[in-house]
Amino acid sequence: MPTNSHALIWKTRLFAAIVIVTSVTGNFALSWGIKHGAAMDGSAWSFVRVVFDPWVFCGILLLSGWVLSRMALLSWADLSYVIPVTSAGFVLNAVMGAVFLGEIITPMRWLGTVCIVGGTVLVGLTTPKTETS
Amino acid sequence: MPWIYVAIIVVSTVASDLLQSLEMKRQGEVTDFGVGGIGRLLKLLLTKAPLIASIVFLAISFYAFLALLAVADLSFAVPATALSLVAETVLARLLLKERVTPARWGGTVLVALGAALLAL
Repeated sequence: MPTNSHALIWKTRLFAAIVIVTSVTGNFALSWGIKHGAAMDGSAWSFVRVVFDPWVFCGILLLSGWVLSRMALLSWADLSYVIPVTSAGFVLNAVMGAVFLGEIITPMRWLGTVCIVGGTVLVGLTTPKTETS
Repeated sequence: MPWIYVAIIVVSTVASDLLQSLEMKRQGEVTDFGVGGIGRLLKLLLTKAPLIASIVFLAISFYAFLALLAVADLSFAVPATALSLVAETVLARLLLKERVTPARWGGTVLVALGAALLAL
């Protein structure tokens, strides 16, 4: 396969999207589960119980998907491409905070969102895999 | 004290990502995304020392971030740890010999700046 074929670029974008979505939803599910019912009191039993809380369990599964999809992505794409592109998750986190937790998005946060989207697009337009110099 | 946690987070995040990138490049491009392919990735994660070390560093970074949140505001924690974005790009250039173009530098700085602004 040529270094930066059309297929490779689309495969990279698909996996970057999977990495972002699994990371944001996984962290959200963990956080939601721990704040709503899966309380830990420091005992071994509470640790076992928290893992089997449906939200926490879903969070662990999603974050396992995050680790594996990121490993796959890094098997062909540059680290200097993957890190800024998958940081678009910061924006999704802010959106989920606004939608589900009622957080207010201030003008400064909108500016931050625009910067992240702009930076992600700028890096996303570069070739995912460069030859070593 | 907060800056010690920031240093631990940045160093462990950078170490985790560099090790994972280095080992996965060595293993070659993943092309099998079926059950067998996922099993192979899990096996790599459990048997390859750089990948095991990368998960250990990831855990250190996670716990240091929780410790940082206990002594500092989120509005300090997120922008401070966004420093790792720039540090990783510098090290990807120096250690992994990636070709970081001006567009990639510009995009990385914009993302780091945006992450800092989100926390304000």
